Amino acid sequence: MNAAVNVEEKLFQNRYRVDAGRPHIRIKQPDLCRTECGTQSCTYVCPASCYKAEGNGSVTLITDGCLECGSCRIICNEHANVAWEYPRGGYGVLFKFG
Amino acid sequence: MNERFDAIVVGAGPAGNAAAYTMASAGLKVLQIERGEYPGSKNVQGAILYSDALEKIIPDFRDDAPLERHIIEQRMWVLDDESFVGTHFRSDDYNKPPYNRYTIIRAQFDKWFSSKVREAGALLICETTVSELLVDGNRVVGVRCDREGGDIFADVVILADGVNSTLARKAGFHAEISPGNVALAVKEILFMPQEAIEARFNITEDEGVVIEAIGKITDGMMGTGFLYTNKDSLTIGIGCMLADFKGSPNRTSPYAVLERMKKHPAIAPMIAGGEMKEYCAHLIPEGGFYAVPRVFGDGWMIVGDSGGFVNSVHREGSNLAMTTGRLAAETAIAAKEAGKGFGAASLKAYKAALDESFVMKDLHKYRDMPDVFHRNNQFFTTYPELVNRAAKTMITVDGVDKKTKEREIFGDFRQKRSLVGLMGDAFKLWRAFR
Repeated sequence: MNAAVNVEEKLFQNRYRVDAGRPHIRIKQPDLCRTECGTQSCTYVCPASCYKAEGNGSVTLITDGCLECGSCRIICNEHANVAWEYPRGGYGVLFKFG
Repeated sequence: MNERFDAIVVGAGPAGNAAAYTMASAGLKVLQIERGEYPGSKNVQGAILYSDALEKIIPDFRDDAPLERHIIEQRMWVLDDESFVGTHFRSDDYNKPPYNRYTIIRAQFDKWFSSKVREAGALLICETTVSELLVDGNRVVGVRCDREGGDIFADVVILADGVNSTLARKAGFHAEISPGNVALAVKEILFMPQEAIEARFNITEDEGVVIEAIGKITDGMMGTGFLYTNKDSLTIGIGCMLADFKGSPNRTSPYAVLERMKKHPAIAPMIAGGEMKEYCAHLIPEGGFYAVPRVFGDGWMIVGDSGGFVNSVHREGSNLAMTTGRLAAETAIAAKEAGKGFGAASLKAYKAALDESFVMKDLHKYRDMPDVFHRNNQFFTTYPELVNRAAKTMITVDGVDKKTKEREIFGDFRQKRSLVGLMGDAFKLWRAFR
């Protein structure tokens, strides 16, 4: 069901002001995703597909397309492995319509 | 900033704007802090504006607020893969001013509301994120911003920082949100000529239709879809419980359920040709009565989504946000007038006002609803399928007599849910709704 949908095309319509080099969300211990987390639900629940499951079992995060919803932090409740802040003032997604 | 304020409001959504407007209008010295480029640029909603809550704050809002269409028809659809069974309620009474509800575009509406807040005398600073509350002992005394010299002090801080409620959580006022207490919704705005919208939805200029949908589109998860008519755009979205997304056996993504909804044969023709100009995601606090945290303390109050004030059964949120914002502001105004300070003893009047208002009364009425629906996902899976099959069986003319058709439908329900299951479901719904 997920494969046919290109979320990048959707995100392309949005306006962002990326805080280059200062991601507002961070995976605290990347090893934990590989060794402790069986489901890696962030890789399909994130509505902007910021989390990617890599071939070697790890999870990578690129926050540029983040919609600032907070889902990733909340679903990581067993491991609490997501350090989540809002972007600095003025940065991040800038909704034109909301 | 060395200046000291009576009140700081964090956030410029409906709750924060209602609070800041009410306090500034009463002469309090108010600072409002917004992290977006402008008020609205971080805010996401369906969006329906319920007039009543705003009228109580700005009675003549219709004079210049950016409103899209007033709603004259509400459709509720129960979808199977190929079909839907629906009820429509349309009344010309909804065409008589003052109108009861409108579709709005939040980026525009919030900007307008904020202009009223500033006219009332509040100071607004944008592009500034509050990183934490300044606490002295048990008492909130101000906020720390992500600007240089960013400590600002006030007698009371009103937290209107949205569903993630980052500040109260960091300060330890409440725990992390549970995935079972929030829905994750995604939506798109699709632009098309006004005439196309009016022809497709059987409406004239300024009239609007809202469609709420449950059923197969949520892929077995507890959730609802919606389609709203704006002036020259449609908003289409779908939200499901975050716990259901997380536990989805198909590892279903939110954008995948949205695409599936857009392709449904009953929906696709209505949105055909629409030009997608934005894709948004947002959490909706749906834990209801039992999920509302402590909402006040020494020097602080929580309003809007940040306090979990959403009536998920009736899809109401922004009206609860504005009402809680206004009630918190009125509490602060009374506290200042009484001169007894802004401690918890003084601010507990806010909780009493909430309990007396429709906000807590409605949340209490539906207190068991989130749990009942979440434990019984047949309401979102089995029943939509059964209802659609029953309608098809009765409506299709194929030479089978109606008595046999009735038996077939009843057998279908019994096979899928059993008699005990059916009666139990009816009882659960009755208990939760009464």
